[in-house]
Formats: sequence, structure tokens, C-alpha cells
Amino acid sequence: MLGVSAARLLPAGDRAWLLEPADPARLAAFARELERDAPAGVEDVLPAARTALVTLRPGADRDEVAREVLRRWEALPQRAAADQTGDGDVVTVPVRYDGEDLDEVAGLLGVSPGEVVARHTGATWTCAFVGFAPGFGYLRSPGARLAVPRRAHPRTAVPAGAVALADGFSAVYPRRSPGGWRLIGTTALTLWDASADPPALLRPGTRVRFAQVAG
Amino acid sequence: MSGAAARGARAGRVEVDAVEVDAVEVDAVEVDAVEVVAPGPLTTVQDLGRPGAFRWGVGVAGAADRRSLTLANRLVGNPPDHAALEVLLGGLVLRARTDLVLAVTGAATPVDVDGAPAGWCSVLVLPAGSTLRLGTATTGLRAYVAVRGGVAVPPVLGSRSRDTLAGLGPEPLAAGDVLPVGPAPAQLPRLRTAPVAAPTAGAVDLRVRLGPRADRFTDPGALFTGAWTVTAQCDRVGARLTRPAGQPPLERSTTAELPPEGVVLGALQVPPSGEPVLFGPDHPVTGGYPVVGVVRDADADLAAQVRPGQSLRFHPVVGA
Repeated sequence: MLGVSAARLLPAGDRAWLLEPADPARLAAFARELERDAPAGVEDVLPAARTALVTLRPGADRDEVAREVLRRWEALPQRAAADQTGDGDVVTVPVRYDGEDLDEVAGLLGVSPGEVVARHTGATWTCAFVGFAPGFGYLRSPGARLAVPRRAHPRTAVPAGAVALADGFSAVYPRRSPGGWRLIGTTALTLWDASADPPALLRPGTRVRFAQVAG
Repeated sequence: MSGAAARGARAGRVEVDAVEVDAVEVDAVEVDAVEVVAPGPLTTVQDLGRPGAFRWGVGVAGAADRRSLTLANRLVGNPPDHAALEVLLGGLVLRARTDLVLAVTGAATPVDVDGAPAGWCSVLVLPAGSTLRLGTATTGLRAYVAVRGGVAVPPVLGSRSRDTLAGLGPEPLAAGDVLPVGPAPAQLPRLRTAPVAAPTAGAVDLRVRLGPRADRFTDPGALFTGAWTVTAQCDRVGARLTRPAGQPPLERSTTAELPPEGVVLGALQVPPSGEPVLFGPDHPVTGGYPVVGVVRDADADLAAQVRPGQSLRFHPVVGA
């Protein structure tokens, strides 16, 4: 049986490796660890659902980086699970639960819309990874019981600030964009501002609470 | 001090002599120096991109053909990562508001200054008031126009690159735009012209390392047999490839989709059709289709010059 630290490295071209661990829960913590103290030759780290992409600086020794990445993965403290990650930042997102798909989500889950809101605000979410668009954090909360599939037909335009569910994740659309997630609410919070430092409210490891506000 | 005074005093000589361009130096100020008369089909500001921003969900972007960008910068004496203009297929017309030193590299593009033919991959002096015109590229897809001092638009997250997918960085150029140029670097141009070959109009050979998801295909090695054709769906995000008549696409051994995972420049991501998309610099940071292999980093610059209709042949990278 594979231990919790088991992982394989897949080649992703001559300037990247894809780390695929048996247990992906610690990937955000791993990314933060490499950001804090990058091994020689590592340019950047992109954690995702089950993998972390590690990109290399030009001229870096691929094999040396591979050995070091695996060593660092194995050395990562076991307690650094996703929901215990990070430097303690917790973001509270005020939400009006007025999403077009709220009733549909309730129907899919076999509960009332009020129960969807209660589950969404009752959970602590963790940003597992950022993708799809700048500042779009995939928020995970293992106990939330809010897993619904994407819409069969994505919308061509979802407004900025839309709070959504899909595939076991929650997210807030940082900017207006196409999207296939199910919309349950709206926030006035700015999730993305390229001229700000930091530009995004969420990054891998950030913890998030949603708070209902009157609409 | 006015801009004219700042740049006027030493602009006496504009002979096209690489070692005499110090005669047209500007002082260490940014000046609104370049007026866009016509942008052509698509001209963007590009440097070497913004690596290190994955934590914000932001990709690298940057020049599609980095080698041609750095060559253009070297010709005008800039550091390799200065921002320049990436010109799709030509058609760019610029007017100098001050004396400028420029170079045009990348796609083989006819260049003239006030109607007089000027050199490709050469140091060009553009006196104030004169016009630089790029014709239509004869081979290759993207020309690079570097100006001594660099295009000095404000950086976004550490880079002046336009990321066309994420909508980050300076907007594509429009007629009437005026671009600032940074202070001239200490380094003077050393070469008058660079002896490089123009991009080919024929088949382009690219080396590919299989993985990370080659195991999701019945025969990933089929990538290396025969040829692929670049379709008209070809931009900075990626190029959709197809097979010439009679050659089969790749066959996926599983239709199960992947959860999102990070992808890189040069990745060959394969949707259910079996016809890969070759990712360019503005590719999404994550993808949900399996990547059968990745073009070698050095060859991504060659891929950036391939036009719709041109053929690609892939060759395996030997070794781990």
C-alpha cells in the first residue's frame, strides 16, 4: 500500500514536471512551501485538483530539480493538510443568496434553498488552486455536502462577483466571463484587481467563509 | 526641460552606422516617441512574460518567438527582456516623434522607411517625423519591432506583455496610440545586421517529449508518424492541428476527462476528436484534456512562426 507521501513525477516537457501524489490534499501547502523556499532551478508552482505543475528556469538541471521536488514533497509535514494550510489568512465573503440557479441546486441536493445557504455559510472553505481565469479560486470544503455537477449548457456571460458551485467546488467569478457553474449568489467584494498588490484575494491555501447579507 | 530639448541636442547624425547611433541617443527620460499610424491585423506589446504569477492564476504570456524578440533587442543594444512589438503578419505603420533606433526580426517582412527599402534583422535609424512601414510577411507569422530603450508602457504584474486570453497587460495597438520609449541603455548596438535565416515556408520539424498523459492514448507514438497541418484556428492561445487526408488522428484510450491540471507552453492537448491543440504563450494555466506530449522549449519559437496551412512533423526527444 502506498504511503501518504507517495508521489510520481511525470514529464511535462523539458521545462516542467507534473507531481502527482497519491493524496492531493497537501498540494496547496506544498505550493506555498516551494514559494517560501524555492529549490534552485524552480521557476513557479501551480497546484491543481490532483497535481502540481513545477516549472523550471531556463537552463535548470531537470533531474536535479526532480530529485529535490520529490524530497521536498516527502519532507512536507503530514499535518499540512489542505484545510490547515497557509499563513492564517481567512477571507470573509459577504453574499446575497440571489443566484439564478439556487432553487435548481436545492432541487439537485433534495434540500430547501435555505439549507443550501446554511451549508454554504456553515462551512470553512480552502482555496485548493487557482485556474480558469486570473483570481478564480477553486474552493474546497470536504464536509459541505454541496456537490452538484456543472450546467449542461454554460452561460456565455457570468457577471463578476457571481458565487457559484460545481463539481464539489465553490468559486466566485473574479471578472465577467463565460461559465458553466451553478450560480447561487452575488458578492460585492473585489476578487481581482491587476493593479493591486496582491492582485487577487484568493490564492492556494487561503481559507474562506461566506456570510449572508440582506439582499 | 521639454522633451524636444531633452532629445534634440545630440541628434545631429542619423547615418545608418551601428557604431554611430549614440548620435541619436535620448536622455534618460521616457518620451512619447512612437505614434501608431496603422496596427496591422494584430500588434501587441510583448516582453519575456510574467513567470512566477501562477499563485494568482496568471500565466507567463510573453513573446511567442522569444528568440526573435531577444535578437531584435540585441540589435538595438537593449537587454534581452525589454518590451517590443509583436506584429502578426505585418501591416504595422509607425511614425517617429523623436529620433529612434529600431530593428525588425522574426517573420520575413518587407520594411521601408519613408518608402525606401530598409533591412530585416538590421539596425535601423528612424529620424523624427519619418515613417516605418512593414509590408506583409512572406514567410513566418510574427515579426518583432524593437526600439532602443524599449516600449515603456506601464507593467502589469511585472511584465508589459499582453496576455490575450486573460486580458492582462496593454491593449493591442490601435491607430493613434502613442507609445513611450524608455531611456537608452548603456550598451551600444554592436552588429549592423544579424545573419539569421528567414522562417521556412515548408514543413517544420519539432522535437516532442511524450507525457505527462501519453498513457491515455492507445498509440501515443502515432504523433510521430506522418504530418500534421496547422488550421486557421491559430492564435497566441494555441494552434489547432489536423491531419492531411488519409492520416488518422490520435486515439484516446479513455474518454474520462481529467480534473484540471497545469499545462505549459508547447503542450499538445488532445480533445476527444484526437486532433491536438499546440499551446502558445497565452494558453490557459490549467487544462482538462490529456496532454500527449510537449514541444521542446527551444522549438516553441519555431512553432510560433508556423502559418495556417503549413505542415508540422514531430520527432521524439530521446532520453528521460
